[in-house]
Amino acid sequence: MTAPGVAAPTGLERQPPRLMLARPILTMRGVARRYGDVQALAGVDVTVYPGEVLGIVGESGSGKSTLLRMMNLEDTPDAGTYHLALAGREPAGPDGRNLFTLDRFQRRMLRAIHIGIVYQNPHLGLRMGHTSSGNVAERLLIAGNRNFAELRQRAREALEASEFPVARMDARPNTLSGGMQQRVQLAKAIALEPAVLLLDEPTTGLDVSVQALVLDTLKRLQRDRAITMVLVSHDLGVIRTMADRVMVMRCGEVVEEGLADQIFQDPQHEYTQQLVHAKL
Amino acid sequence: MNIHASTSRAPAPVLRVEGLSKQFEMHHLQRTLFAFDNIGFRLDEGEFILLTGENGAGKSTLLRTLYRSYLPRAGHAYYHTREGVIDLAAAADVDIAVLRRREIGFVTQFLNARPRVAAEEIVAEPLRLAGTPHAEALEQARRWLTAFGVKSQLWPAYPSTFSGGEQQKVNLARALILPQRLLLLDEPTASLDRDARRALVERLAELKASGVAMIGVFHHPEDVASLVDREIRLETIRIADGADDVAE
Repeated sequence: MTAPGVAAPTGLERQPPRLMLARPILTMRGVARRYGDVQALAGVDVTVYPGEVLGIVGESGSGKSTLLRMMNLEDTPDAGTYHLALAGREPAGPDGRNLFTLDRFQRRMLRAIHIGIVYQNPHLGLRMGHTSSGNVAERLLIAGNRNFAELRQRAREALEASEFPVARMDARPNTLSGGMQQRVQLAKAIALEPAVLLLDEPTTGLDVSVQALVLDTLKRLQRDRAITMVLVSHDLGVIRTMADRVMVMRCGEVVEEGLADQIFQDPQHEYTQQLVHAKL
Repeated sequence: MNIHASTSRAPAPVLRVEGLSKQFEMHHLQRTLFAFDNIGFRLDEGEFILLTGENGAGKSTLLRTLYRSYLPRAGHAYYHTREGVIDLAAAADVDIAVLRRREIGFVTQFLNARPRVAAEEIVAEPLRLAGTPHAEALEQARRWLTAFGVKSQLWPAYPSTFSGGEQQKVNLARALILPQRLLLLDEPTASLDRDARRALVERLAELKASGVAMIGVFHHPEDVASLVDREIRLETIRIADGADDVAE
């Protein structure tokens, strides 16, 4: 009998990937971060492959949003490494270098060009006093685009791809509904076709019908553009709908990782079983 | 004397299962639920194996373990890919995900439909993920929906509003639209009407003739009697204390 709290051994060690032709696009190893007495992350490893959606679940305080902030280079860990495979992308990133060692300017550029993020709170991702198209164009400006007509056209395309009604592209986000604000954030995040799109509770707080529409847009973007996504959510229904693989976090550690259907149908760890069985 | 070399060849193996076992650790009950133990068999190209056994013998669990929705406790399931042999019991998750997209299909009676996505788009999605243009994928999806008897008025509607039987037809169309090498069939005919069952069996016969290997559990085994090459009977695991399946 397995002791409570310990992942049940399957008796089989899973093999390293052999069939995957592409190498991982995002790799983190041993990421640790302490805030005062709280060990927010305790040596977390993450591997994300091109085109997949990695879901991260766990209760409040499990470290999932902290981990996402690390992926977005908003914070520096006490230990750990972070690599993005950016070879072949323009402009070329610091391939092979631990991204946590970059200076603030380098991080900002990398974040602007190669990493997209959608926050739960649109105030974190948008300038509410600018127009929606201006918010998207700002991302393009950082990447060096200075042609006004082109900026506007590319902003329009990104908004259309996010299923934002372009007739309202010059409206300020603070005049839009929550679902529309999330679409502007999404357009901003995908405008430069990032290597990875980070989604921090993107549908939390939206009513159910709007949530379904936003999830459908995300799924379509993943299917049509093969955008690699990391999705943090406490909503297991959202994770089950969206994710190919799932990481379960608790107290700053990854307690279980697997294919989404395996995590939901045959959870191994006691905590994962509690989490899955607690779903309404 | 002329000696002609035989043109027939032995069927290529698709799956070789050895000593496969599955048990569930139920932490909240502090119990272990035994599903099946030490299963072994071989499945060749174009072969159809019917799994039989009483309720709880582990038939569906075996299929889900081969698909890796369940993690096996021990044993091997060597799958012969186009690139080589891989043990499904121990392969990395990302490899399993690739195989599911390319070669291994799981057909069940349950549809896990995303909300607000039209039936025809749900069916077309595997083709679109494989790179088929939208219009062509939709056209094929509609053909499949027609084959399973889903009325055209329902194609643009959301399956979450459909009856159980209609949802199942959408699910089958989606599951079978992409050609696979191995199909795991978990009671795909349950709650289907007779015409849809016939359409499904016809499609399975075509797939079998094209070399697709299949292993399945059927609510109405007589439906697929003409396809079955072999039967494997699973026995319920009996534990010495009399509590079947469960050990403390």
